[in-house]
Amino acid sequence: MSKPERNRDRDSEATFGEYGGQYVPEALMPAVQELEDAYERYVLENEDGFMDEFRERMRDFGGRPTPLQRADRLSDRYDREIYLKREDLLHGGAHKLNNALGQVLLAKYMGKERIIAETGAGQHGTATAMAAAHLDMPCEIYMGRTDINRQRPNVYRMRMNGAEVNPVTAGSGTLKEAINETMRDWATTVERTHYVIGSIVGPHPFPKLVRDFQSVIGRESREQIREKAGRLPDSVLACAGGGSNTMGTFYEFVPDESVDLVAVEAGGSSLEIDEANALAPNSATLSTGTDGVLHGAMTKLLQSGDGQIMESHSVSAGLDYAGVGPELSYLVDTGRVTPVSVGDDAALNGFHRLSNLEGIIPALETSHALGYLERAAGPAADGRAAKPRDENHEDLGDLVVVNVSGRGDKDLETVLEETEKRDLEAAPDVEVFDR
Amino acid sequence: MSEIEAAIRENHPALITYITAGDPSLEDTREYVEALDRGGADLIELGLPFSEPIAEGPTIQAAINRALDAGTTPQGFFELVDDLETEAPLLVMTYYNMILQYGPEADVRPFVERAAEAGLSGIIVPDLPAEEADPLRAACDDHGLDLVFIVAPTTEGERLETIMSQVSGFAYVQARLGTTGARADVSNATHDSLARLSAYDVPKAVGFGVSEGDHAAEIIEAGADGVIVGSALVDIIAEHGEGDAPAADALEAKAEELKRGARRGGGVDVPEPEQP
Ligand SMILES: Cc1ncc(COP(=O)(O)O)c(C=O)c1O
Repeated sequence: MSKPERNRDRDSEATFGEYGGQYVPEALMPAVQELEDAYERYVLENEDGFMDEFRERMRDFGGRPTPLQRADRLSDRYDREIYLKREDLLHGGAHKLNNALGQVLLAKYMGKERIIAETGAGQHGTATAMAAAHLDMPCEIYMGRTDINRQRPNVYRMRMNGAEVNPVTAGSGTLKEAINETMRDWATTVERTHYVIGSIVGPHPFPKLVRDFQSVIGRESREQIREKAGRLPDSVLACAGGGSNTMGTFYEFVPDESVDLVAVEAGGSSLEIDEANALAPNSATLSTGTDGVLHGAMTKLLQSGDGQIMESHSVSAGLDYAGVGPELSYLVDTGRVTPVSVGDDAALNGFHRLSNLEGIIPALETSHALGYLERAAGPAADGRAAKPRDENHEDLGDLVVVNVSGRGDKDLETVLEETEKRDLEAAPDVEVFDR
Repeated sequence: MSEIEAAIRENHPALITYITAGDPSLEDTREYVEALDRGGADLIELGLPFSEPIAEGPTIQAAINRALDAGTTPQGFFELVDDLETEAPLLVMTYYNMILQYGPEADVRPFVERAAEAGLSGIIVPDLPAEEADPLRAACDDHGLDLVFIVAPTTEGERLETIMSQVSGFAYVQARLGTTGARADVSNATHDSLARLSAYDVPKAVGFGVSEGDHAAEIIEAGADGVIVGSALVDIIAEHGEGDAPAADALEAKAEELKRGARRGGGVDVPEPEQP
């Protein structure tokens, strides 16, 4: 029996090994294929100067390139060269604009008239709302109730930029439910609407499209580190939720075999799962997930033995997701990317440490990467002696790049609350928080 | 001709009903299926609940939540089907991940084997477009199950051509863009779709939004061979509680109304039942 024609080239492009694909309702298939076509023409072939316009807008509106900064005090602490890729300085305060502006502009080139997006931390929603205002497109954002409550400043920002924010009450009210609801909207309005997906997830071509828009992070970092340190880094660290800042940072380094790529996931409060209630108190999909299909792609997932998707957890809304980009699943299986996970406490310490030592308040998502840096390279309590190396990853080497995917202003309320509950070594004196 | 195709052709115009298994319990589902069978359903779709039903509107989402809260599992589902005896062939409607995870590895075969053993006649997977369906199609072929594909209002050109050339059981014609859910009218898209599909000699059944006998009549008159009704039945279940006998009666009566409507649309003269 023949099947709807998918030529060989395209087939191989839709997947990363076993991962990826286009598991979407029939009603969305034509739109997904239309997007494939637009991706090939405008992004890969720069038709009508699309990529030129995108880069120019990312410079003038977005503030690219972002700096690669030597972190002096962290370098001292860890006794090696630590460089920070400052995506927190991108307009909007996170790497998310790279993708959001790219996709809203692409939607314009495709003749779409309306933008929808999901958001977890609110950073992608904020970036999409900014891009839609900038490019004069009507925009609606779906956001889980729990996330609305823990990321309020971002909700205000979206509204200020003229976007509608639609609360999603289903399930635990986080990113997974927001994606479900955005897909339902898209299945209804697909003819005029473009869905700006917020990470390297979803059906092909989204994982590649988003990666390509984000890969500027790694492209710049690679050039900048060679200029500043005269060589490629030994390792590159990025936090991973869906994995867009992660793949964006790693992509240009993938062929550089001497460079270790470390994806830092949210370990939440524990890596143990509660199978009976389909609850995972973490979002460590790459480290602990199993293969399945969610939101249009085959990838690693947090799921029960029956195939029900688990409710994930992380102190960081932007990492709180039971899936992950198919390309990262693939690169983990091939051994090119090493997944590690860092729990809520270590991430909060990472947050305070960077704020305190470097004068940079990082996003809670980013703080996971900083938590891992401490675990792998931090001094033991008694001073200089190096801690035992992390068992998953022997050595970060002498030259390390960490992607600071975003700034932490959005997280201040959460950090205050979570810090008061704990005894964190890196937190400032709690007295500070007494009103 | 497969059991499913025969059920539609021989009972033309056909009524296809959907309810979610385990809503509010598998015991109730058994009663409801039997009631729908008595009421004149010619094919019965049973939803195996999945936590992320992206093709579903609020009504069926809520049904799926009730079923999951009640602890419905694939094992329990198949055990229910094992000893259901209905006139109407049964289909399972579920999302692809549920099929993949049934066995020990991510593989579709154990699910299909078990479905065949339980006596199911077909499978519908709302998040599996034809392009990704080869493994499941092969497994279904091996076990004599139909893999039913959805034709959406946006399905056109070459894709429509190929999907229609490989219809298995029947073509599930999605009446409108969007998600499942009962609506007050029959969409224009339904008429457009049926006109677009009229040249293809395959059984066509229309679903998404059908809720009343009059809709059924209009849709059959417009050229469909069957109507598919889900949310309107799930609404009835939601209104009644667990272990509620009147729910089964109401489902049976609703099936009768829909079947009467369908037959009216097909030009079959059906007297209205006597008013009590
Ligand atoms: C600052 C920041 N970093 C990282 C992430 C995680 O997303 P991803 O894994 O796609 O980079 C988010 C998501 O909201 C974020 O806001």
